[in-house]
Amino acid sequence: MSATNIIIAGVGGQGNIAASKIIGEAALMLGYDVKITETHGMAQRGGSVHSMVRFGDKVFSPLIPKGACQYLLSLEILEGLRWVEYLKDGAFLIVSTEIRPPYSVSVGKDHYPQNIEEIYSKYGQLLMVPAKELASKAGSTRSANIVMLGCLAYLTKSINSEAWIESIKRRFYGKEKVIEINLNAFQLGYEFASNSDRGR
Amino acid sequence: MRFPGNKKLLLGNEAFALGAFYGGARYGTGYPGTPSTEILENFSKYPGVLAEWAPNEKCAFEAAHGASLAGTRTIVTMKHVGLNVAADPFVTSVYSGVNAGLVLIVADDPGFHSSQNEQDSRHYARLAYAPVFEPADSQEAFSMVVEALNLSEKYDTPFVVRSTTRVSHSSSLVEVDFEPMEPENRPYTKNPEKYVMVPSYARKRKELLLKRFEALKEYSEKSPFNSVEWGHSYIGIISSGVAYHYAKEAFPDASFLKLGFTYPLPEKLIRSFASEVELLLVVEESDPILETEIRSFGINVFGKEYLPEVGELTPDAVAQAISNLLKEKRTNTYHISWMPKSPVNDLPARAPVLCPGCGHRNLFFVLKKLRAKVMGDIGCYTLAVNPPLSSMDTCTCMGAGIGEAHGFSKAIQKTSDEKIAAVIGDSTFVHSGITGLINAGYNRSNILIIILDNRTTAMTGHQPHPGTGKTLMGENTFELDFENLAKVCGADYVRTVDPYDLKETEKVLKEAQAAKGVSVVVARRPCVLYQRTEEGYYSIDLDACTDCGACLLLGCPAISRFDEKIIISSDLCTACGACAFVCRFDAIFKIEEVK
Repeated sequence: MSATNIIIAGVGGQGNIAASKIIGEAALMLGYDVKITETHGMAQRGGSVHSMVRFGDKVFSPLIPKGACQYLLSLEILEGLRWVEYLKDGAFLIVSTEIRPPYSVSVGKDHYPQNIEEIYSKYGQLLMVPAKELASKAGSTRSANIVMLGCLAYLTKSINSEAWIESIKRRFYGKEKVIEINLNAFQLGYEFASNSDRGR
Repeated sequence: MRFPGNKKLLLGNEAFALGAFYGGARYGTGYPGTPSTEILENFSKYPGVLAEWAPNEKCAFEAAHGASLAGTRTIVTMKHVGLNVAADPFVTSVYSGVNAGLVLIVADDPGFHSSQNEQDSRHYARLAYAPVFEPADSQEAFSMVVEALNLSEKYDTPFVVRSTTRVSHSSSLVEVDFEPMEPENRPYTKNPEKYVMVPSYARKRKELLLKRFEALKEYSEKSPFNSVEWGHSYIGIISSGVAYHYAKEAFPDASFLKLGFTYPLPEKLIRSFASEVELLLVVEESDPILETEIRSFGINVFGKEYLPEVGELTPDAVAQAISNLLKEKRTNTYHISWMPKSPVNDLPARAPVLCPGCGHRNLFFVLKKLRAKVMGDIGCYTLAVNPPLSSMDTCTCMGAGIGEAHGFSKAIQKTSDEKIAAVIGDSTFVHSGITGLINAGYNRSNILIIILDNRTTAMTGHQPHPGTGKTLMGENTFELDFENLAKVCGADYVRTVDPYDLKETEKVLKEAQAAKGVSVVVARRPCVLYQRTEEGYYSIDLDACTDCGACLLLGCPAISRFDEKIIISSDLCTACGACAFVCRFDAIFKIEEVK
C-alpha cells in the first residue's frame, strides 16, 4: 500500500497533536509504518499549527510532498486553505465551520475570503462539519478535533473502527469521562460524514 | 521496560531519552530550548536517573563533564544556540576526554521554527574535533545515543548527536531488542595531565586528540551507520539526517550513501561510492558541510547550487534538485511523482500571540504608552514585537537585552538622559542576565531592567528554573530571590509589581524611569497557562460599546471584531480584566460563573 497522507491544520490549542497521535497509534496497531510531524514551540501561542500524518507499508519522509496529500482536516475554517498546495487530485477536505478570527481580521486589516467553501471545493471533495456544535452535543467543545477524526474514519477505509476506538481509549488512558465524551464525539463525526454522503 | 518485536511510535526526543536510558546514562542535564526540550523531560522519568535543568547550557555542560569524570554515563541536551553558550567547556572537554560516556545531544532548528538563527552545530564539532552522529529518525535517535555512549568511553571523547527540528519533533517507529544496559562502575582516578588543561598538558592532549581522530576515521569507515544502497548508477546521493528520507522519498531508485556517523567522514567509503556513480549529489540539512569536505577530497560533487541554503529542506526541494541536476548534466529525465496544486494567496496571517491573560501583555501595553525604547530578549514576550503592542527594539540572544540597554545608554549619555529599558524573562535572567546586571551596576548605568517573572520557563512548555523553588525531578529547593539579587548586584531602585494591576504598573514604571542609576522592576505574575488565578470571564455590553477598538489594542486573542461587533470569547478569556481596565465606556463586565 502506498502511503496515506493526512494534514491536520488548525490554531494552537485546538488539539492538533492529539488528533495526529490518535491516527498514528491506530495505524500502528494495524501494522503500518507511521510517521508524524508536528508544530511545537512558538506556534503554540494561538498561531497557525499543523501536523502531518503518513502511514503505509513504508514511509520515508515525515513531511508530505506537495501534491501527495489525500486528506486535509481543517480544525478552523480558514486554516486548511494554507495547505491546499499539498493536495492530490480527488483529495477529501474535511473542514470545521468554526471561525477564530486572527488579530489582523479583528482589527479589520484583513478579511476571510468571502467564498471559502467554493475555494475548498476546487481542490477536491469537501465536507463542511459543524464540529464544535457536534462536540458540544457529545459533552465538550474541546472534543471538536475528535469529531473531525470521526469524519476521517468514515472517509478513509484503511483504519477499522476497533483500531480507532482503541487508539482514542489509549490516548486518554485513565480518564473515563474524557474517553466517554471523545468516543461520543467520534461517533457523531462518523455519523455526520455518513449522513452527508447519503445526502449527496 | 522491554518490548521485543514490539514497535513503539516515539517522538524523536522521546527516542533520544530512551536511548540514553538504555545506553546506561544515569545523569542528564541541559537547558530547555526548542526543539530539544522534551529529551531531558522524558529522560527524567526513567527509574534510577537524575535529571537536572541547569541555569544555562554552559553550567549544564560543565556538570555533565564532571559527572562523566566521576564515572556516570551522562547526556547533556540543548538547542543549537545553546551550544554557543556551552562552547567554552565543550571545546576543551574534547582535549580532556571522559571517564564514563558523555554525549551532547544538540538540536538545530533549520527553518527558524522557534529560533533567532539557523546555525549548524556541525561546525562546532569540527572546531572541537568532536565526533558526530546525525540520526534520520526516531529509531536512529535511539540507536545512535546508545552507540555514542559506548564509543565515548572507547575513544575517550565526548560525542555529539546532532538532531534537527524534523528529527526531534517527528514521531516514527522504534524497535528495541535488548535490555537496558546496567551502568558500569568506573571509579575516578586523579590524572592532572588528562584533566588539568594548563598549556603544557593541553599541548600533549592535542597530540593525543589528533591520534584519536585518526582512530575515529577508521571507525567511520566501518560504522554500521554508514552504508550504501545501490540503485541506478547514473546518480549517487550522499545524505545525512532527515534529508536522507527526503531524498529517498524523491528518488527511491537512486544509489545512496547514507551517512549516520558524519565526523570524521569515511573518506575511503565515499571515494569507492563516488567511483561507481556518474553524478554525485550531497543532500544535507543546513550548511554545505559534508559537501565542502567531500569536495576537499578532490571528489566532484553537486550540492547547494541545486538546493536551498535558507530554511528547511523538503522532499519537494530535493526532488526539484535531482530533476534539475539530471536535466542539466544528463539526458535522463526524472519524473517527479507528485505535482503541487496552486496555493491560495493573500490569506490573513495568524502569527503566534501572547495568550489571553498573559501578564506580559499588560506590561508591554504600559511600556508602549510610555514610549520606551525596549531592548528585548528571548522568550514568549518577544512576541510583543508584533502589533498592536509593537514595543520591542531588539532581540539578539539570551540575556542580550540588558547588555544592549547598557551600551545604548552609555553611548547617548552625553546628550540624553533617556532611560533605556531592557526586558528579560525570569528563566532568561537566570540563564545570562545576571552578569549583564552586574555590568550595569559596576559601570554605573542609567537603565531600567524589567524582569518579567512568570514563575516558569513558559516558552518551552513550563520547565522549572532556579527562581521557581522546584527541580526537574519535582522536588522543592532553594528559590532565587530576584529583588535581593538585584540589590547586591548594584541596582539603585528595586520594586515589584503585579502586571494585572495596570494602574500600579504604570506608576512604578514611571518612578523607575525617573530614578537615577540602575532600576530593576520585577513584574511578577505566574504564566496563565501554568497557574490561572482568576475565575469567570469578561463580556461586552453591546449597548454600551462604542466600537472604539481600545480593547483590541491589547492584542488579546480572546477579543475579536467580527461582523461589525466586538466580542470576547468566553472559551478563551481567563478573566485577567485588562480589557475592562482600558475600556472608557464601562462596556466590559465580569461574569463570575465558574466554567
